[in-house]
Amino acid sequence: MSNPVFDSQDLRHQWMALGLMLVFFVVAPYFVYPVFLMKVMCFALFACAFNLLLGFGGLLSFGHAMFFGTSGYAAAHAAKVWGLTPELSVLFATLCATALAGVVGLLAIRRQGIYFAMITLALSQMVFFVYLQTPFTGGEDGIQGVPHGQLFGLIDLNNEMAMYSFVLGIFLSGFAMVWRIVHSPFGQVLKAIRENEQRALSLGYDTDKFKLMAFVLSGTVAGMAGGTKALVFQLASLTDVHWTMSGEVVLMTLVGGLGTLFGPVVGAAVIVTMQNYLAQLGSWVTVVQGVVFVVCVMLFRKGVVGEIANLIKKPL
Amino acid sequence: MEIFGIPSQALFGQLLIGLINGSFYALLSLGLAVIFGLLNIINFTHGAQYMMGAFVAYLSLQWLGLNYWLALIAAPVVVGATGVLVERTMLVRLYKLDHLYGLLLTFGLALILQGLFRNAYGASGMPYAVPEVFQGAVDLGFMFLPKYRAWVIVASMLICVSTWFVIERTKLGAYLRAATENPSMVQAFGINVPRMITLTYGFGVGLAALAGVMAAPIYQVSPMMGADIIIVVFAVVVIGGMGSIMGSIVSGFGLGLIEGLTKVVYPEASNTVIFVIMAIVLLMKPAGLFGTEK
Amino acid sequence: MKFSFNTVLACMLTAMGLNAHAQISDGIVKIGVLNDMSGLYADITGPGSVVAAKMAVEDYLKSSKSSLKVEIVSADHQNKADIGSNIARQWYDTDKVDMIIDVPTSSVALAISQVSREKGKIHINTGAATADLTGKACSPNTVHWLYDTWMLANGTGKAVVQHGGNTWFFLTADYAFGQALERDTEAVILKNGGKVLGKVRHPLATQDFSSFLLQAQASKAKVIGLANAGGDTTNSIKQAYEFGIVKGGQTLAGLLVFLTDIHSLGLEKAQGLYLTETFYWDLNDQTRAWSKRFAALNNGKYPSMDQAGVYAGILHYLKAVDAAKTDDGTKVTQKMKDLPTDDVLFGKGTIRKDGRKLHPAYLFEVKKPSESKGPYDYYKLLATIPADQAFRPLNEGDCPLVKN
Repeated sequence: MSNPVFDSQDLRHQWMALGLMLVFFVVAPYFVYPVFLMKVMCFALFACAFNLLLGFGGLLSFGHAMFFGTSGYAAAHAAKVWGLTPELSVLFATLCATALAGVVGLLAIRRQGIYFAMITLALSQMVFFVYLQTPFTGGEDGIQGVPHGQLFGLIDLNNEMAMYSFVLGIFLSGFAMVWRIVHSPFGQVLKAIRENEQRALSLGYDTDKFKLMAFVLSGTVAGMAGGTKALVFQLASLTDVHWTMSGEVVLMTLVGGLGTLFGPVVGAAVIVTMQNYLAQLGSWVTVVQGVVFVVCVMLFRKGVVGEIANLIKKPL
Repeated sequence: MEIFGIPSQALFGQLLIGLINGSFYALLSLGLAVIFGLLNIINFTHGAQYMMGAFVAYLSLQWLGLNYWLALIAAPVVVGATGVLVERTMLVRLYKLDHLYGLLLTFGLALILQGLFRNAYGASGMPYAVPEVFQGAVDLGFMFLPKYRAWVIVASMLICVSTWFVIERTKLGAYLRAATENPSMVQAFGINVPRMITLTYGFGVGLAALAGVMAAPIYQVSPMMGADIIIVVFAVVVIGGMGSIMGSIVSGFGLGLIEGLTKVVYPEASNTVIFVIMAIVLLMKPAGLFGTEK
Repeated sequence: MKFSFNTVLACMLTAMGLNAHAQISDGIVKIGVLNDMSGLYADITGPGSVVAAKMAVEDYLKSSKSSLKVEIVSADHQNKADIGSNIARQWYDTDKVDMIIDVPTSSVALAISQVSREKGKIHINTGAATADLTGKACSPNTVHWLYDTWMLANGTGKAVVQHGGNTWFFLTADYAFGQALERDTEAVILKNGGKVLGKVRHPLATQDFSSFLLQAQASKAKVIGLANAGGDTTNSIKQAYEFGIVKGGQTLAGLLVFLTDIHSLGLEKAQGLYLTETFYWDLNDQTRAWSKRFAALNNGKYPSMDQAGVYAGILHYLKAVDAAKTDDGTKVTQKMKDLPTDDVLFGKGTIRKDGRKLHPAYLFEVKKPSESKGPYDYYKLLATIPADQAFRPLNEGDCPLVKN
């Protein structure tokens, strides 16, 4: 899954795109249903996390839902049963996802390519069935009635704008994390490993350690997304750990553009909008998603942002 | 008499059931293994093609009055033909790329097929009658074995063994295997490699459809039947060895038996046990029990 | 100036939309039918519920000559609590929906009940089973119209035991709904002098029940209780038939089965099954007449009890809205409890303080193929359970609304 080499030192367009994105998310809630936007942000962050691993690291994980869902349950439980404030709940949830990513990563990194994907799928299925059985997750019911809570114990998040700002803050921090990782020396090594692992090895890099690090970071950011989403929707359910959720995040990243910073955000926006708009049509959503998958793989491999980046020959 | 605290009657009954399940796992993973082993494609659409096989049986009965036996022939041909179409128009363009794109494409196709059938037929499932010859059950003493299920075990073993034989022991099989190792060399010998690949994909898909027809009288004919089983079948293929024909046959039947056993001892885990085994196998011998590292 | 048809249409639609926005809340009563449009409950609820809803609105406006403007919207929650609650939230927040009806799948129902309460709207549930909706999760904004796990347990369970089925083996879907149903039914069996010889839990959406059925057969229990629903139930029944379970003398008790499940199974496989429902099209002249009308609008498919519930629920809701002269959720719910109910499908009934609607329940047995005169003629009425016995007593539910 390699990408063409751009003039990766010229970051102006990325800053411009960042500015655009910021303006959009600040202004949009006055025009668009804020709950919908919050959903987009959570999934955008999830997709960014996934893209970090696949687009930049070259590792396809088919089980990323396990991090998204785990943090969802953790945050829901923390907020509802322990009464933690929202920022602590999200923090706790993220830590849970990180821990899980560490364990899974240690097991999965040992293999490459398709075997790696299959291990992540198997482990994510196991996580799914564990959550199905354990009482605290509420099984099919999920954890419902999660309180919005009071941010820092002061700001009531039942106020929609307050909640929105909270989510925006988390989204931007997560995005900033990914940005920083990608533009760091670590990120460069990761890209090198993606392009040619043997060569990276021969240059003296402990590729396994880098891959594990990437995996854990990816899981962590996915955890941030999942925990926040549970608080926004006041619900954590099995849907978030099911393997079709793993498939959806692949779709979002693919549509948006693998290996670009903004691709996942665009992809998430597209897919969430599509699901919302087509919800009336029931099964057609599945069909359309399938068509989008096929079209993207056959004709549109770079995704929306990838194509734009290719046109202007600058990284996005 | 009790074995491990389970009455032997119950135990043998469950193992036999497990063998029946294993037959389907074996048939389906056989198709997947053939496709992966010879084409290097992970055919996520396999579940949907299995489902289509069952639907061809159901619809041909509804619309054309074709019975089970005719469906056994018609379904693999019809669905196999769709497979050939997919291969010629889409898969062939992806061979040069990372084979994960093949997985994504077939995943997308599976979504489309499932969605379309679900729109048309809902998700509750439709009945399909057991063929007359096999109605009724045989009293084995420790359980009543429906004749049809006995047929399923026998038929799938036959199919599996013959497929293995063709691929491993005949000239055609040898060409196929050679073509995957070194397509250009084999092509240089005058063998139409692309056509062989297409036919192989069609054959693998046909196997899935055949499994679908055989499954129709046992499970409801439902658009969801593929999605539920595909992940398990992947696990079976990985355990057996992703390109190994013998591996998928042995692990298919074997894992069916293990699943059956788990259902007696600890039923809640019956879903997970195969994945646990898969994870262990991947960690210790990632090429699978019978596979060779590519 | 020439306008294309499209432009004119667009203008009209925009005008209608603008018009609706100008008369929000007091001008229009907007009803949302939220259910499973494409999955395992689509035949039981699905588009048929929308048909029933439209019939109800038409019939009410005609017979009462009310001046209310009523609109119906619908959506598919795909049996997922997150999708359902998102739709509900959006409906309440931006689409000005006043009431949500139907909602099968207990986990979704609980979520919708919560959202409706938060937003001060009203939820009339006809589709879900969990008795918790009028128990510990009861709400001043929710009416549980049709049936629940307690009723199912006390309907089928008690009747079967009293008919001689005093030893049971449970086949239970391993999630909250199945476990609740098993627990409630077991309590009934024990209270009536029966015994539970064994239970086995199966994962939700299991394809193959053969091993579980073997265990049931080996237990030699007279009755095999199916504490599951939808595809799990039909699969269990189908495979039980294959293994000669009914022929071997054991009876199956479908704890939650709908007419549409029997239709998809076929009488050959389903015959002899005991089940409890609160509506059947062939009960009396009025239900027959209504069902024929319904079938004509629903592609010839006869109504399930849920679709009948949607019809009756909306009738009563609109009556309450007119009487209370508002569509404020909490006030209308109270009015629905104040007014007695009366409709052609469920007869006379009441809605209790905890939101539970009371009406008689019917124990049926599925006919043999030879006894049926045509499609949908599937049930034999064995017993009628009067309304005051069919549902859990008011003080046993742990509902906070009752404990004052």
